[in-house]
Amino acid sequence: MLAIGEVQSEFGPEVAESTFRDNRRLYVPADKAYALLAWLKQARGFDMLVDVTAVDYLDYPDASDRFHVVYLLLNMATKERLVVKTALNPPDPELPTVVPLWKGADWMEREVFDMFGIRFAGHPDHRRILMPDEFTAFPLRKDYPCKGLGERHNFPVITRSES
Amino acid sequence: MPLELAETSDPGAADQEYLWTLNFGPQHPATHTTLRLVLTLDGENVVDAAPHIGYLHSGFEKLGEYLDFNQYVTIVDRMNYISPIANELSWHHTVEKLLGIEITPRCKYVRTILGELMRIHDHLLNVGAVALDLGAFTAFLYAFTQRERIYDIAEYASGQRFHSSYTRVGGVLFDVNNDWAEKVRQFVEGFKPVHAELHRLLTRNRIFIDRTKGIGVLTAEDAINMSVTGPLARASGVVRDLRKDEPYLAYPDLDFKIVCARGGDCYSRYVVRMQEMQESLKIIEQAVENIPAGPINVDAVTDITLPAKPAVYRSIEGLIQHFEVLMPNRGYPVPLDEGYGATESPNGELGFYIVGDGTTRAYRARTRPPSFIHFAIFPHLIRGHTLSDVVAVLGSLNIIAAELDR
Repeated sequence: MLAIGEVQSEFGPEVAESTFRDNRRLYVPADKAYALLAWLKQARGFDMLVDVTAVDYLDYPDASDRFHVVYLLLNMATKERLVVKTALNPPDPELPTVVPLWKGADWMEREVFDMFGIRFAGHPDHRRILMPDEFTAFPLRKDYPCKGLGERHNFPVITRSES
Repeated sequence: MPLELAETSDPGAADQEYLWTLNFGPQHPATHTTLRLVLTLDGENVVDAAPHIGYLHSGFEKLGEYLDFNQYVTIVDRMNYISPIANELSWHHTVEKLLGIEITPRCKYVRTILGELMRIHDHLLNVGAVALDLGAFTAFLYAFTQRERIYDIAEYASGQRFHSSYTRVGGVLFDVNNDWAEKVRQFVEGFKPVHAELHRLLTRNRIFIDRTKGIGVLTAEDAINMSVTGPLARASGVVRDLRKDEPYLAYPDLDFKIVCARGGDCYSRYVVRMQEMQESLKIIEQAVENIPAGPINVDAVTDITLPAKPAVYRSIEGLIQHFEVLMPNRGYPVPLDEGYGATESPNGELGFYIVGDGTTRAYRARTRPPSFIHFAIFPHLIRGHTLSDVVAVLGSLNIIAAELDR
């Protein structure tokens, strides 16, 4: 079991901890996120990255930061799970990529970029993944409406005679 | 007299661009669903593959922020539509974790039985479809006949064959009865000879082995590094099954084994799936004989579960209770917190990351879709194999495009 004191002695007292049900969470400043994740993988045996996702806290009660990027880690040997969260703010939310640590992060980070517009510096294939390349908005941001902004009407229509 | 041959070799051949580009999909019978691969071919060998996805993207996660915890189950159903109830279990498992509800023992058993039936359902389609793609048509038909029986069981419980939307927060839609249990028993008995038949058709079939053995090998280290879970990881020798590692529902009470293989190739994945069906049958046999009596939903006074339909239609208290749960300005208390919960779906670890904001709608409903993560490793698996192996590898990954794109 990872002790919070150990993490804080390594990365400073800004790293905070909280628990909800069986989820254990570490909050880390964005500039230390990569170092913490690398340390967790190499020194503490968190060898599987279960998921990378993000949350937009635009109108969340008492939220201080706009985005949180969430890394769900798993230690295959001890079956211990850990959630690492890091806060980001507009205009240029950016984090270093974790693809060098976990190859599985490739598509997960692309999806976070596609849906939230959070960039991952150094990502080997930084493109949209689910939305078409022409798309300019980030649909899972809270300021994007459920029914869309009308982008579909601007896509070129191919008629039968042109196809 | 020996024939004198003309010089045919091209001196510029070494510098020539000789790689082919082949578009596989998005509409192709062997992709089964809507996904596209751009293959770079050297003759018949695949040099590289670039998956392009998003053709079925329909914003499920956005919808999850606008539908309440009970309504969103209809959308979750449509993610992995090959095993819909497995998705429902996972969604409500996480919602109940967020709300801090402990479901009743009867509900746990019913959900377990349906979850395992869905595992058989999913594996049957996969085994059948892999065989179909590799030219064995009979196995596919055998598998589909049995899938129809499982649809009947789901219909008997929920009223819907395909997208049953059976689970609810803190319980299920309708209670099951003895006739349903009898139907499950009949299915188990009827399935055993078919499973043996499938074994006889495929497991030692020379053509099937030649097409799958040593194809698309994934090592255990790569499986962990690339976040692979479920039967794919177990076929590579990664001993990981959430049913054992993080027991949920009735699994702690039941006796079953984790099925693993060492090969990591398409054949190992097939063997793991076949064997898992056997283990699922064992679980169902034990669970169906031990369904505890008692209520299936958590107590209605908690204001979280919907009241039974007869109470809604025939009494004013039931009707008011129904509205209390469903009306947007009423509902039940949801913590201002967030959590991740996962279950072992037939395809791997299916998890949800739900952020609660005090209302009965999720503030964020992230899905961890196993198909999405498994499709990302496809180029790694196919490099160096031939074009005909594409369908074998693609089939063994069991990609469901609706879950892939959400």
